[in-house]
This record gives sequence, C-alpha cells and structure tokens, in this order.
Amino acid sequence: MTITEGVRSDKDATQAERPDFVSDPWQDSIDLRDFIQRNYTPYLGDATFLAGPTARTTGVWAKLSAMFPEERRKGVYDVDATTPSSITAHKPGYIDQPNEVIVGLQTDAPLKRAIMPFGGWRMVATSLETYGYPVSPELEKIFTDYRKTHNTAVFDVYPPGVRRARNSHLITGLPDAYGRGRIIGDYRRVALYGVDALIAGKKNDRAELDMEPSTEDIIRAREENSEQIRALKELVQMAASYGSDISKPAVTAQEAVQWLYFAYLGAVKEQNGAAMSFGRNAAFLDTYMERDIAAGVLTESGAQELIDDLVIKLRIVRFLRTPEYDEIFAGDPTWVTESLAGIGDDGRALVTKTTFRFLQTLYNIGAAPEPNLTVLWSDALPEGFKRFCAQVSIDTSAIQFESDDIIRAEMGDDAAIACCVSPMRVGKQMQFFGARVNAVKALLYSINGGKDEVSGKQVAPATAPNADEVLSYDTVFPAYLETLEWLAETYVTALNCIHYMHDKYAYERLEMALHDKEIIRTMACGIAGLSVVADSLSAIKYAKVRPVRDETGLVVDYTIEGEFPQFGNDDDRVDSIAVDVMERFMTMIRKHPTYRDAIHTQSILTITSNVVYGKATGNTPDGRRKGEPFAPGANPMNGRDTHGMLASALSVAKLPYSEAQDGISLTNTVVPSGLGHTKEEQITSLVGLIDAFTSATGYHINVNVLNKDTLEDAMLHPENYPQLTIRVSGYAVNFVRLTREQQMDVISRTFHSH
Amino acid sequence: MPAVNLGLPSAGAAIDLVDGSSVSSEQAELAELHHLEMEAIHNGSVASVHSWELVTAVDGPGTRMTLFLSGCLLRCQYCHNPDTWKMRDGLLTTLDDLVTRVKRYKGVFDATGGGLTISGGEPLMQPAFVARIFEECHKLGVHTTLDTSGFLGKSASDTLLDNLDLVLLDVKSGIPETYREVTGRELAPTVAFGDRLAEQKIPVWVRFVLVPGLTDAVENVDAVAEIVARWPNVERVEVLPFHQMGEDKWDRLNLPYPLHGVHPPDNELQERVRDQFRARGLTVF
Repeated sequence: MTITEGVRSDKDATQAERPDFVSDPWQDSIDLRDFIQRNYTPYLGDATFLAGPTARTTGVWAKLSAMFPEERRKGVYDVDATTPSSITAHKPGYIDQPNEVIVGLQTDAPLKRAIMPFGGWRMVATSLETYGYPVSPELEKIFTDYRKTHNTAVFDVYPPGVRRARNSHLITGLPDAYGRGRIIGDYRRVALYGVDALIAGKKNDRAELDMEPSTEDIIRAREENSEQIRALKELVQMAASYGSDISKPAVTAQEAVQWLYFAYLGAVKEQNGAAMSFGRNAAFLDTYMERDIAAGVLTESGAQELIDDLVIKLRIVRFLRTPEYDEIFAGDPTWVTESLAGIGDDGRALVTKTTFRFLQTLYNIGAAPEPNLTVLWSDALPEGFKRFCAQVSIDTSAIQFESDDIIRAEMGDDAAIACCVSPMRVGKQMQFFGARVNAVKALLYSINGGKDEVSGKQVAPATAPNADEVLSYDTVFPAYLETLEWLAETYVTALNCIHYMHDKYAYERLEMALHDKEIIRTMACGIAGLSVVADSLSAIKYAKVRPVRDETGLVVDYTIEGEFPQFGNDDDRVDSIAVDVMERFMTMIRKHPTYRDAIHTQSILTITSNVVYGKATGNTPDGRRKGEPFAPGANPMNGRDTHGMLASALSVAKLPYSEAQDGISLTNTVVPSGLGHTKEEQITSLVGLIDAFTSATGYHINVNVLNKDTLEDAMLHPENYPQLTIRVSGYAVNFVRLTREQQMDVISRTFHSH
Repeated sequence: MPAVNLGLPSAGAAIDLVDGSSVSSEQAELAELHHLEMEAIHNGSVASVHSWELVTAVDGPGTRMTLFLSGCLLRCQYCHNPDTWKMRDGLLTTLDDLVTRVKRYKGVFDATGGGLTISGGEPLMQPAFVARIFEECHKLGVHTTLDTSGFLGKSASDTLLDNLDLVLLDVKSGIPETYREVTGRELAPTVAFGDRLAEQKIPVWVRFVLVPGLTDAVENVDAVAEIVARWPNVERVEVLPFHQMGEDKWDRLNLPYPLHGVHPPDNELQERVRDQFRARGLTVF
C-alpha cells in the first residue's frame, strides 16, 4: 500500500473527474519536492490573466478593516485571558461564516488573542496587565507553582557572564521568555497525504527508535515522537470542529488550501514563536488549482478567491506580546513568510499562476505587511513575472527579494525563508533562533578594558584599557578581537541553555510533526551594528581619532580629525573591514560546541532592534552619537552612502553568504522618480537593479518606493494611511503601527533620489 | 577611490570667475596646475574629478556610473553644484583607475541597459580625458553619455564624438540675452554644438531647467523649442523643475546665492512649458 492511496482512489464524488497526479516516488515516502516537480505547470506569461476580488472577499476584508482602528488604538482588539491556548482549546471562530471560503481562527473570534503560557508566565501576565485584562490567579499558580515554564528553566541554568551580557544590552532579544519561532512545519504534507498517513509515518519512525539503545538522545527522540503524534491527532479534531476531515488527503483545490491552512493554524494556536513562517506553498497549491480549472470546476476568479481568503486569514494571525517585545520587533509582526518563485534544479522556473495570485492579493485586498511575501529572485525568472514583481514592489513596498541562486546552491529548490532572511529546507531543517549581539558595544568594551561605556560596570573580563592619546588600529583591532572571542563563547553558551530548555518545556509538537525524523539543525547567531563597527575601525585607521575620557578614565566620546572611507560606497578600504569582522566572528562562534550538534550560522539582521541597540550604546569612534540608532541589518549608516543606491547595495553584497548562512539583510528606500519618469521605465529600472544586485552575489534586498513626504504626512495623519506598508529590515510593517521613535528612524534613512 | 596625489596647489592664485573677470579660459585655469599635472590632464591620462555615483533613470538610460568632473566656465544662477566650478578643487584621478571602476560595473550596465555618463562641472573642460575614457568604454562594450552645456563643444574632437552614444544637452535658454543672464556666457556655441551632433546623428536628450522669473518666459521657452525642433536627433526633452537643494552649497562656499527665496515652479507652469515643447512634436518628460 502506498501512503497516498487516498489521492488515487478517494475522488470526491460531488466533483468532476480529475486526472491523477503523476505518480512515484512521492507516493512511497513523504517527498513534497518530488510531487511538485512531477506535477506543477510553470507559467511564463504576464499578469493579464489575474482576477480582481470577489464581493465575498471584499466583504470579509471590509468587516475586518472596520476592526483595525480599535486594535491600533488599544494595542490589542481583545484577549481570551483565561484559556491557555492549544490546538484544540478554542471553539471554532469565524469572521463572516457564510462568506468565508477558507475557515479557521486562532481563537473563537477574529483578532482575539490567546495566552500561551508555556514559554513563560511573566510574559503573559505583563501583557495582560499592559492591556488591562485580569490575570487569573489560578493560572498564575499553575504556571509558577505546578508547571515550570521555558523562561524559568533558562534562568535556572544561565551562568553569570550571560546574565551580565544580557543586562548590559550586549546580547538582546534572546528567545528566553518567548517562543523561538523560525521553524517552518511542512504544512503541505497535511494536504497531500492526509494526517492518517502522516501518523502512520511517525509510527514507523517510532518503531525504529524503539530498536535503538535508550541513550539520552534516543529517549528524547521517543518523547518528541509521541508528542508529535498527539499533536497530529489534535489537529484532526480541530479541523473536525470546522467540519473538515483532514485525516485523508485533500482532493479539490479548496480542500488543498483549507488543509494546508488548518495545519498552519494548528501551529499558531499552540506556539507564540517570534516568526511563524508559512513555507513555500504556491507551486504546490497550483497543481490542485490547475487540475480543478482543467476539470471545469474552478474559474480564475474562484482560484483567486481561495488565495485571497487564505491571505486574509494569514493577515490576522496575532500573538499577545509585551511592549518591551514590541520595541525589538516593532509593528506586531508574525513573519508569516511565504517564499515565492525561484528556479528548480532542472532549470524550470517555479513560477505558477498561483505565484502571481499571491502577489495579486496586495491589489485585491490592499497592501499589508503580512504574509511576508518573499520572492526568491534569479535573473533566470520569466520576464513577465519579474516585471510583475517590480510593479507590485513599486505600488505597495510590501515584498522582499532574496537571491534564489545562493539559496538553491546551498539547499536545493524546496527551501523557504523563515522570518526575514533565514533559508531552510522545508520539513528537513529547523533553526535554533539566537537573536544577535551588539558588535558596536563590544568594540567600546575592548577600548574600555571590558567596562560598559554607559554604566561603567565591568561586564567583559577585565583587560588593560586603551591608554593612547590617538587610537591606533594596530592596538584597537587586536583588543577588539579578544573581546569578541569572549563574546562568542558567552553567546553560544546562552543559546545552548535556551534551546535545551525550549525543547524541554515549549517543544513545537505540531511543527516538528511536519518534519522528517532526521533533520538538520542550525544555531543561528547574529550581529547588530556591523556598519558602525566598520566605519569606526575605518575612522581609526584612516583618520585621527582621539578618545575623550571622563574623570574616572572611562572613554565616553571620540574626536575625529580628517576624512575616512565609509561603508556603503563600494569602497574596498572600508568594506573589507566589515567583511573581516564578520568572518572572524563567525570563526570564533564555530569554536564552541552546540546543543544537538547544531550547525553554527549567523545573520546580519536586526529586525527593528537597531533602534533599541543604538539607544543603549554610547558615542562611537565613527562620530555616531550616544543613543543614535544603528543602521538596520547590514545597511550602511543613514546618510553615509553617498554614491547611490546600487553602490550602497554592492558594499553589502561583498559580505560573503558562506559566513552568514542565516542571511544578510539590506533595506533600501528610493523615491519613485528615482526609478524613472513613467511606470514602465520604473519597472524596467527596478528589475535591472535587482538583477544587478543579485548577480553581484547580493543576498537580500527590501525595496521601499516612497516619498519622504508620504511618511511625514502619515505621522501627522495616521488615520489616512491604515494600510501604508513599508519594509524595515527583512519584514514589512504598517508604518502607522511603529512607535514615534521608530518612525523617525525610518524617515532619517537615506532616500535615494536617483 | 584610489587617486594620485600630484601635489595640487592648495590655495591662493585662484581665478575667480564669479566676478565676470575676463581671464577665464580652460588654459588660464590649467596654468595654475603644476606643468606635469597640466600635461596629464591635457593628454587625458588624468582627470580632475569631483565625485562619482551609481544612478538610475537620470543621466541617461539604465543604471549608470556618473562621473562628475571638476571645472566649469558657466556660472548658472541655479547651479546646484557650485563646488564643481573650479578644476583645482577636484581630486586628480588616473584614467586607469577610472577604467577599472567602469569595468567593475560592466555587469550592472549589462543588467540594466546602463553605462557611463560624464557630467560635471563641464566635462569638455577635459576633452582629451573624455575622449580616452569613451574609447576605453567602447572597447569594453559600455554605453557612453556626455552631459554638457555645449559651450565648449568645439573642444570635442571627432574621435570623441565617434565613441559617444548619447548627449544630454543643456539648452539653458533660447534668447541670447536670457542665456547670458542665466549663465554669464553666450548661447551660440551650444547651438553650434547641437547642429554638429545633428549632422553626426548622435542621439540627444535636451534638458531645460525651468526657473520661475528667470527662464520661464513664454518667448524664451518658445525660442528653446524652436532651436531644439530643428534637430531630428533629439529623442526627448526633459523639463527639470528648479529646486532649492543647491542653496546650502553656495552658502558653504560663501557665495551669494542669486535665487534665494525663489520657489520651484508649480505643476501648472511645468505643464505649460512642457506643452510648448510638445506643440513642436517633441517627446517631453
């Protein structure tokens, strides 16, 4: 018996006769890639076939849109403060039941947030207090006295060095009080195979595990396997409460979308992960769409409606979070990242009509930050698709681009982006998310003998403070490396503690149930403030930098005499410093063993934490003032990239992906006239720019096509811009949902005028 | 950018061209430079460079490396780069270094349909260099564009024109008196250069900066349109609305800014002017 018997025999009698999907090897074992490659239809045309929104879509969206202003005002629309969320905890919920073609909500009502206490009780309690909801004494007792949380467990095992680094903002944003996220369940499996077949597969895995000696690793694997099977059974129950039987494979296009969404919904009902990404689903869904359209049971408008309704659901995924969390990850993001397009290993584009349909949602229901639509870009993509992407980017600023060539070379043609820039093989790989370290502060510590430049406290091990009147590169750089060595060790220690406990106390049962038995794990480290470090070291090397000391001898400021090359101008003198620092830090990270033998990686990505990191960091040798934000991601510092947008991008493109396999983020803003006089010209220019950037081994680029005036007006009149979407650092946000400080940061960034 | 330091004289014997002094030719300014540098600029193995930038959708098609050369004989009231007026203020940079950078962007030019644009200042202050770098570009298969007022068009050799794919020609006014008021110079050389480009069938994009109260008179615009309309090689006319972004540069150089307080042209005025060009069958942006 093959595991896909249902697809071949269990045709829905109420539907027309459909051709069978092309068979083999995907029917003998779970192999989504094989299914897609054998069954999908590349689409090489342009966007003219697309359909507008149906009245149902517009109606459902209007109903939600009327609720958004209240949510924005209060911070949350509503909270179920007494039901710890699980896959089955909440009764079915609807926005407008008769008009929804795809159903399912995280709780029993739209925009009502759930509490997820397994990550940590304090985060739940603080959030409830912030938004004026009562904190249940009973739950508090359960999650403090009876049930240990991930958060408590991590702090049980942190050594003092980690606590010091954490308290001094040297390492920030660690997932020690919230879900780590960045795990993509292969939600397609539920639609293609049905849950019964998946459970059968897991039981086979278990039989194998039972034959192994009961070492710690094997015992843990058996427990995880049991939890996965339990989660799959709950998923079937949850879908049944909405009237669907997902134990069997989906047959129709509607079922395929619905089954896929139920699988994802189960994950976001149970896990408050920082990034709950969706995967790479368009070509998969398209096979069902094409089959139904060919059978005459689905129209273009109907196909679009399915995707529009799915996207509406993805747009209202919500988690209950604290204001401190929002400072680091601004704008209530969920990173429901859907990876689109790319090229297959056989050279055919993974562009289908459904790929276009996902982008079309940005017109049908307006621009929005979620789902985080991510185009895996290659210059070999069909021209019609490239032009449509550029057009959507110019019109909405809502999509991002990542180099398909780099990702495919590393992970093949069925990888997807988690969060912003982290690539992983779907269902075969997960990461241990590790936020990032403040590389700028580490530089200041190395000058001050390990003391914090703001508090004066000894944080890093004491070394001789720099005593020179003029800073010398030959003294500063080796001292910096010494501090980085300590930081790398402390950092990996923190991450090992976190992920050991996350697996133990807040295991992602359902997401991991939608993975293979043997998976690749990565330990995703990260750096913030790379351009400030590069410019500071460049200033020390090429200009005269004199430290200014306070009465205690602490260096608190710097005077600079002369000019120095600045990162972001395609100038090798300074760009090579940035490359050197990131390569060396990666090498240092690799020296330290990881939990579950995860592969060390790092990202150059900040989300919006560049603002809080900057706030906590003193004056720097490049002239940046105390408290001033860092540039986001791998961006050059605001206003210093004076040789044009592409020169700026080419500096970033020099950072080698091999030493930052968790991704390198670049965000650029260009005014519309900076791309050409007419829309056609602007589209051609943007296609050319992205081609040029990725051909120069650029990894990721966010493009905002905006006038500064628009943003300034949106600050004054937020009510007029409910859907104004901008890309900040690997993700998009509603501009009007950022704090004033973050809005000012965005506005102060370089707007490339040509 | 790598640059050769040939020991430029730092201050002193500058010839101030703003005051309308008659000592104002290419040769006069060059005389200030050490004779070796002078020779290098004369033979085009070195250029006095203000800056470079990678730009898109301005300065020609696609994404371009625009090289701004230092030195200009015009003193346009609306100049937004007065820091490019003096050749001695530029950074002497070798042809080889600049060709290396052009090569580096060959992929960018291919992907975007772009190329090299030489602007300034007035690039034809350094015609030998322009001719040589364009020749190198054509060897590399890189599209070339010259952004010029045409005032020094006579300095452009036939070899230079042979390697020139597009000219962005500023026609700053159509009435000689207005041209003189705007630039301090004569209109005729620009018209002559335009005629020469037309004979050679080199594509031209005409640019006209619209300044309320200075260049916006109906008869002035008509005069520009009339001149331009006789050149069949003109592919488009770009009407550039005057902006005030140059004022702080004048202030920094301690130069009195003649257009202080002048507002950018409103949409109505811009459209009127564009219509004047359109009326002659020209493609206008």
